[in-house]
Amino acid sequence: MPERKSIGILFDRVRWEEKELGRQLEIRGVPYDMIDAKTQVLPLDGSEFSTMPATILERCVSFYRGLNLSSVYEAHGIQTINSSRILDVCGNKLLTSQILAKKGVPTPRTVVAFSSEAAMQAVEEVGFPCVMKPIVGSWGRQVVPIRDRETAEAMIEMREQLNDSMQTIFYIQEMIKRPPRDIRCIAVGENIVAAVYRYSAPENWKTNVSLGGHSEPCKITPELEETILKTVKVIGAGVLGIDLMERPDSELVVHEVNGTVEFKGAQSATEYSIAGRIVDYIMSERSRMQENGPIIDN
Amino acid sequence: METKCLECDAKVHVEDDAVVGEIVTCPDCGADYEVAALDNGTVAIKMAESVKEDWGE
Repeated sequence: MPERKSIGILFDRVRWEEKELGRQLEIRGVPYDMIDAKTQVLPLDGSEFSTMPATILERCVSFYRGLNLSSVYEAHGIQTINSSRILDVCGNKLLTSQILAKKGVPTPRTVVAFSSEAAMQAVEEVGFPCVMKPIVGSWGRQVVPIRDRETAEAMIEMREQLNDSMQTIFYIQEMIKRPPRDIRCIAVGENIVAAVYRYSAPENWKTNVSLGGHSEPCKITPELEETILKTVKVIGAGVLGIDLMERPDSELVVHEVNGTVEFKGAQSATEYSIAGRIVDYIMSERSRMQENGPIIDN
Repeated sequence: METKCLECDAKVHVEDDAVVGEIVTCPDCGADYEVAALDNGTVAIKMAESVKEDWGE
């Protein structure tokens, strides 16, 4: 029987981040498995889980794949970081915004609607300009500024014609008059390990590093720290990428929380290894679980 | 390490520190491949998955 490794990294596509996490585990002498999510075949009542690492860091690019695999692992006593509950909330913008708004974390005003007929009412409720986003997805895809009624009608009609039930869930958010940047904070457990400004690439209003934006260090002010720690409290501690915008009066609003955060951009503006901090956290969480036993609630 | 593009037969360079699951791109035709296996300096590749709606962070 193969040796049971301490840690697993669950992936479906190895990016810079997953390689860096592996390097940091090697530096610490921690045996680990790279687990390809695409090759997993898991009888739900089987014993295959007993040879798997007791703690798995979920790093899938595919939200649904990572979420559902984490649920299976957790049901068999494997600790997953992030937990499936955190992944579920973070992977769905509607659930994220709902929990932030309900728990009093400053967040852009958001209205949701569930049919093409109701979508225009949601747009009017938020007012122009606003932003239409898919509730699942990342890297700024299908995030569209809506500056007038004609654009709203065109977007609603286009989404209706895609014949995908997810596309008729309309998530309409106020457009924040922010500077040409947002703030990406990486919270590991209850600590902020990185904070960077992300500037949009020329000719692009989106700040995603994947779209050519760049990162610069951001000072962690008391307000930023308070907002981040409050977000961690309501979402749950784990490895989180928390994105914020600055209103014209400098108030910070959280617009997104990422459950499988990419941090290559943030690393370029951070002195120490973000992957190293993540690895130290999962090792400490593993020790904590070994002392207290697994939490099985599925 | 080097291998050949499955589409256009061009040479595809794979870094020595590559790991299984990493993506390499054909410099000629732009096809994306996933490193499928590594064995003593040889590399096997397979077509990479295309981007899906739920991909992201």
